[in-house]
Amino acid sequence: MAVWQGLMGGEGGKGDRIVPPTGFTAQLTLFSAGAMAFLAVFALALALATGRLANRWSAELAGSVTVRVSAPVAEQEARVQSALQVLQSTPGVGPARVMPQDELAQLLEPWFGPDMPVDALPVPALIDLPITGEAFDPEGLRLRLEAEAPGAVLDDHTEWRRPLVSAANRLRMLGIVSLLLITAASGAMITLAAKAALAANGQVIRVLRLIGARDLTIATAFVRRFTRRAAVGSAIGTAVGMLGIALLPEANAAGGFLTGLGFRGWDWLMPLLIPFIAAAVAFVATRWAALKMLEAVR
Amino acid sequence: MRDVGFGYHEGAELLSGMTLSLQPGMFHFLTGPSGSGKTTLLRLCYADLLPTAGQMKAFGQDLRGLSRDNIAELRRQVGVVHQDPQFLDHLPVAENVAMPLTVAGEPVDMEALRDLLGWVQLTGHARALPPSLSGGERQRAALARAVILSPELVLADEPTGNLDWEMSMRLMQLLIELNKSGKTVLVATHDLNLIRATKAQVTARVLRISGGNLQLAGADL
Repeated sequence: MAVWQGLMGGEGGKGDRIVPPTGFTAQLTLFSAGAMAFLAVFALALALATGRLANRWSAELAGSVTVRVSAPVAEQEARVQSALQVLQSTPGVGPARVMPQDELAQLLEPWFGPDMPVDALPVPALIDLPITGEAFDPEGLRLRLEAEAPGAVLDDHTEWRRPLVSAANRLRMLGIVSLLLITAASGAMITLAAKAALAANGQVIRVLRLIGARDLTIATAFVRRFTRRAAVGSAIGTAVGMLGIALLPEANAAGGFLTGLGFRGWDWLMPLLIPFIAAAVAFVATRWAALKMLEAVR
Repeated sequence: MRDVGFGYHEGAELLSGMTLSLQPGMFHFLTGPSGSGKTTLLRLCYADLLPTAGQMKAFGQDLRGLSRDNIAELRRQVGVVHQDPQFLDHLPVAENVAMPLTVAGEPVDMEALRDLLGWVQLTGHARALPPSLSGGERQRAALARAVILSPELVLADEPTGNLDWEMSMRLMQLLIELNKSGKTVLVATHDLNLIRATKAQVTARVLRISGGNLQLAGADL
């Protein structure tokens, strides 16, 4: 409620006027709050994007396996059929799907370019096998393939996806830590600015105390001012940050991880909280600094 | 105050065993040489300082036990005029005078404010900023600010210290008018001529601080 009042009281109102205007400091606070909010938008986008990535990779890790069948070209079809027979009788899996040549070509395209004739390469056949139940036993399947389908190797993606999931989780943690650091830095910055303003207005504070002003009355004048500046600055920073995120290229256009950096659906509402959080941080930081400083003035 | 002692440094008492009771509705002078503790005594009265010994009461409250909010409340009941009054220099005189009402959260009656500024002859300076006022105008503005909440007690610490005789008497006239309207007034001054000139117009009790003690001055004053 007090934060709301701090935001809504007009600058230059009766309560505000007891503190002299400070143009340059006000602009610095606005700029700093805006810059912090801008960074917070990107940290939030990073945390959300890496969270999505980690979830997707985790789901894919648990959701399917691949069987790779390596054999001379003449024998490959027969060995693929042998592997498929094994897979059909494997519990906890869905229908196996042999990956067609054009999909293989797409997988290899990043390494060999778009015009590479995959047919001419001794590329192993790949069978995609969805996992549908807990009855799936990768070790048992691996042993059966060794015995019944020579050349077929089970790849459950663990080797390469687990470190990726771990990396994505750490990136998400970094994003969250960045958000916390930005919040703490904003609080520290506003505390310093408020303390500077309070120190510069020592005479005003002394006069106000002598004519019967309560600590809270004096503190509120500073609190309102800094709360509003932080809210307005961070609203501008948030808007610019969200615009920047919105203008990032589409995932399909550039591909890769970076294009996933952004907000999806309801995620777009989350950065709108930043100005409110900034205002709350400014409110708490200024109030604490003001009341602390006023203790020294009788 | 009863047996009040005070020292700015431990072991060095400026005031000791001081007993004083201000008579309601009475005009009081507090006199004594420079450095005798007049300002200190006044600061004790509005809880800007706390006594190191003895008991001090104002409006039935022990000043030692007051919270910071209670001190603010006390200061709304005590109007204070300093030798060098300070203002909020970014605000016009009228807003400065009305500031005690503003910080108390009370509405400002503009007509009453105009009357008050007229009483201290500052109507024409209502929109001026304090730094543009002369010494006498600043003192009168400070007096208007001190009385806007209709305090029962008005304290003035060397209010004429920086003024010429004519200005001093104009200010004293205002304080006399206040006293005649029922306010208790305590003026600290070392100017004996001022005391004599005032006593010619109003019954005043003169208290003298000497050697850290308080005495009632003789009839020669």
